[in-house]
Amino acid sequence: MSETERISGYAHPDVLVTTQWLAENSSKVRIVECDEDVLLYEVGHIPGSVKLDWHTELNDQDKRDYLDGEQFAELMKAKGIDRSDTIVLYGDRSNWWATYAFWVFKLFGHEDVRILNGGRAKWIAEGRELTRDVPDASSVSYPVVQRDDKTIRAFRDEVLAHLGKPLVDVRSKPEYTGERLHMPDYPNEGASRGGHIPTAASIPWSSAILEDETFKDVAALKAIYFDATGFTAADDFVAYCRIGERSSHTWFVLKYLLGVKNVRNYDGSWTEWGNLVGVPIATGEEPGVLVR
Amino acid sequence: MNSNAEAVIDDFTFLEERDRLQLLLEFSEQLPALDSRFGDNPELLERVEECQSPVFIAVEGSPERVLLHFSAPQEAPTTRGFASVLNAALNGQSAQEILDLPDDFPSMLGLDRLISPLRVRGMRGMLARIKRKTAEIAAAGN
Repeated sequence: MSETERISGYAHPDVLVTTQWLAENSSKVRIVECDEDVLLYEVGHIPGSVKLDWHTELNDQDKRDYLDGEQFAELMKAKGIDRSDTIVLYGDRSNWWATYAFWVFKLFGHEDVRILNGGRAKWIAEGRELTRDVPDASSVSYPVVQRDDKTIRAFRDEVLAHLGKPLVDVRSKPEYTGERLHMPDYPNEGASRGGHIPTAASIPWSSAILEDETFKDVAALKAIYFDATGFTAADDFVAYCRIGERSSHTWFVLKYLLGVKNVRNYDGSWTEWGNLVGVPIATGEEPGVLVR
Repeated sequence: MNSNAEAVIDDFTFLEERDRLQLLLEFSEQLPALDSRFGDNPELLERVEECQSPVFIAVEGSPERVLLHFSAPQEAPTTRGFASVLNAALNGQSAQEILDLPDDFPSMLGLDRLISPLRVRGMRGMLARIKRKTAEIAAAGN
C-alpha cells in the first residue's frame, strides 16, 4: 500500500502531508520544526521553516503549565503565524514533539494544523534540501484565544475519575512494569516510584509507526488499539507517558487516524502520577485492578 | 577545578542566555572525529533508552594523563555539544583533576533554563560515567 493510499484511509486524512506534498507546497504553508534536540534546527532545517522550542516556548516558565492565551498570541506573532495559516509541523524522534506542538496548537483551537508524515528523519533520508537560513518571521495579528483545557487535556483528578475506562500507557515496557525509572549511568528521571496507573493498557507509542517513521495503515492501527484491547472508537480515551510528549503522538493516532471522538492527553503523566500522594499505582505486566 | 574547565564555564556564562545555545552548537561541531580503532558509530551499539541520545565514551591512559574519546550521531547535536564540552574540560587531565571536577559542572554552564532538565541530567550521566572509569584507572595505577 502506498503512503498516499494509507493516508486516504485515515479518519481525518487532511491532517497528514507527505514529504513530496510539502516540497511542492512549501510556499503556501507555514512550516514549523519542533525537536527534542534543541540544536537540531540550527544544524539544518526544511527551507522556510521556523523553530519552535517545546521546553522554553510552549511551556510557562514559572509554573508547570502551558502558555496562556496572551502568551500564545505573542508567540504566534513572533513566529510569523496568522490565525488562518496552514501549519505543517515536523521534528525529530518520530515527530514526538511535532505532535506535542500540534496538541498545544489545538488547545488554542488553531484550525488548520498538519503533521509531516515521517518527520525530519524521512525528509533527510530522501535527500531533500536543508538550509541554515532563518526566515524573517512576524505576523501582524494573532487573536488572544482562551486555552481550552476541557476537550483534549486531562488533569490528575479527571484521570482518577476516568479509571475503568480506556487508559493507554504509551511508554516502553520496562517503564510500564516499573522495572526501571532510569537507565544505567543516568540519574532518576523524576518520579519516586516505578510502574503505571492501575487499569492502563500498555501500548508503546512506537506500535503506531513503520520503520520509516510514517504511520501504519488504518487496519493495522485498528488491530493494535481496538482489536487487541477491546476498546472502540466510540469509547472515551486518556493517554499518558512521562511528560505528555509520546502520548501526544498516540493521542494524534487515536483522534485523527482512527477517528476516536473523545480522547484526552494527560500531560501530567508519570512524572506527576508517580509522585502523587494518595493515588494507587500498579507494577508488573498486568494492568492491575481498580481500587477506589 | 582545572583551568580548562574554568575557561569553558567562563565562555558560557560570559554570554547572554540565548547565545549560549549557539556556543554549544559550536562545541558540537568541534567534537573530534573518533579514532578509527573504535569502529564506525560505536554509540549505536550502546544501550539506548527512550528520551536519551546514544553516546559512546571511552576512557584510557594513566593516572597522570587520562585520554577521553567520544562519539554521538550528527543528528544529536546537543549530545555532541555536551560531549565536546567535557572533552575540552577534561581530556588529557590527570585522574585526580577529573575526579575533582564538581558533579554539578553541567549546571555551572548556565544552560539549565534553555535545555530540558532531562538533557542536562544526560550530561551529568556522561560525567558520572567518565569519573567511574577514571577511578578504575586511578585504582589500577596505585
